[in-house]
Amino acid sequence: MPAIELHRISHTFAGTPPVEALREVSLTVEAGEFASIVGPSGCGKTTILRILAGLIVPTAGEARIGGRSTIGRPGLAAYMPQRDLLLPWRRALENATLGAEIAGMPRGEARRRALELFEQFGLRGFERAWPAQLSGGMRQRLALLRTFLLPFDAILLDEPFGALDAITRRTMHAWLQDVWLRDRRTVLFVTHDVEEALMLADTVYIMTARPGRIAETMRVPFARPRPLDIVADPRFAALKERLLETLDRAVQEG
Amino acid sequence: MSSVVERTTARAAAAASDYGPAALFLAALVAGWEVAVRLLDIAPYILPAPSRIWDAFLRTRTTLPEHIITTLREAVLGIAYGAAVGAGLAVALAGVPLLRRVLYPVLVTSQTIPMIVLAPILIVWFGFGETPKVVLVALWVFFPVTVSMTDGLLGADRELIGLVRSMGGTRRDVLRHVLIPSALPALFAGLKISATYSVAAAVIAEYMGAQSGLGLYISRSAASFRTDQMFVAIGIIATASIALFALVHLAARLMTPWMYLEPRGGKG
Repeated sequence: MPAIELHRISHTFAGTPPVEALREVSLTVEAGEFASIVGPSGCGKTTILRILAGLIVPTAGEARIGGRSTIGRPGLAAYMPQRDLLLPWRRALENATLGAEIAGMPRGEARRRALELFEQFGLRGFERAWPAQLSGGMRQRLALLRTFLLPFDAILLDEPFGALDAITRRTMHAWLQDVWLRDRRTVLFVTHDVEEALMLADTVYIMTARPGRIAETMRVPFARPRPLDIVADPRFAALKERLLETLDRAVQEG
Repeated sequence: MSSVVERTTARAAAAASDYGPAALFLAALVAGWEVAVRLLDIAPYILPAPSRIWDAFLRTRTTLPEHIITTLREAVLGIAYGAAVGAGLAVALAGVPLLRRVLYPVLVTSQTIPMIVLAPILIVWFGFGETPKVVLVALWVFFPVTVSMTDGLLGADRELIGLVRSMGGTRRDVLRHVLIPSALPALFAGLKISATYSVAAAVIAEYMGAQSGLGLYISRSAASFRTDQMFVAIGIIATASIALFALVHLAARLMTPWMYLEPRGGKG
């Protein structure tokens, strides 16, 4: 059974005029796979994640996480939206444990597991800080930590590093790969950064401009763990070239 | 430790430079008042000198506490009831759009009625005891609290609500983790305004008839032309109003600490 499954999902946002965001999108992510969706802005990438998070009911089609339909049913996957969305009224540690608490994990256990991750995510010493006292990079890491602490097998990440500078972003790539390799949960990662997608994913789905469709599926063959300087590898460059060409074509077609 | 001491001293110095000029001005005003009354030989029942007001305070200090306690009790109970009902109604208004459409315009319109004019009716309904005063203060407090809390609840970040729901959170979880905390600062803003007026509201209600309280103290003093005693009461009302404001401010600091963070320094 696939971990994440979209079957002929179409979605049109009501309004004047109505906006057709997605047309017959199908994709399958196997358990333990790291998949990435790449596409131009406004191609419906975020809509796909919000459908899988159960926050948007699509006009047509079926979406499943671990075999269970997410249509109008939130709470099946760990979803990290684009903005870090920390609760300003909770200290860093309490922000990290929010989802675990809602899912019914005992408070003590949630805190213990969060504290372990604080070390891994480079947030140690900031457990009692308020979100407003953290830098942008730390807020983003805390949001990522909170997402990984949720007791779900599938993780949906929406441009988690979009707001970061290039240097922090590279560090975060190494971190994410590390953390993911540890327990190999299924990840669906949305980005518009081609290099980021190739660096992190096993499979890259390339989307067209609105209405979003899957233009092509690309396998990324590099062994793991991938070093950060893999970007300098000629095979990486070749793959990136091919991906960009496909993306250009997809944008023109859409 | 030394940095804490330094910071405290620095803050005290900053406070002194903030309030120093105002305090100096007040002192000068009181001194000028004293001198003017003596020089111009103004009759004490028109305008008593500050020294005379102080004497009146010392003379009545055995009977005053009872009146102060009565009025403060009415004010504090009124704030508590008004805030509790207002906050509860705000949750209902924010949660049920139909209720909001029906009640909100009525609530806003009801504010054109000056609450003071209700005082005699409240006395007819509830007698001369504590109840009509508490009700009047509660009515006074209720509206700003309801409006600011409703706005706070409705203004909660939609994406935060979506986040909690994506975690499998129920409506209750959303209310508890997102809506109420994001409305608390607005609630306290409304409460600060109404707390300031609550003592005055209680006093006005007491003018209409009471067995005890600062309002009664003022009416009695007025009847016997004890203007100095009236000034004593005014001073106490001002002090009590400031104290209640400070109390609400303290509660806000304790319950919404994230709103009072020091500017961050050095954490990159």
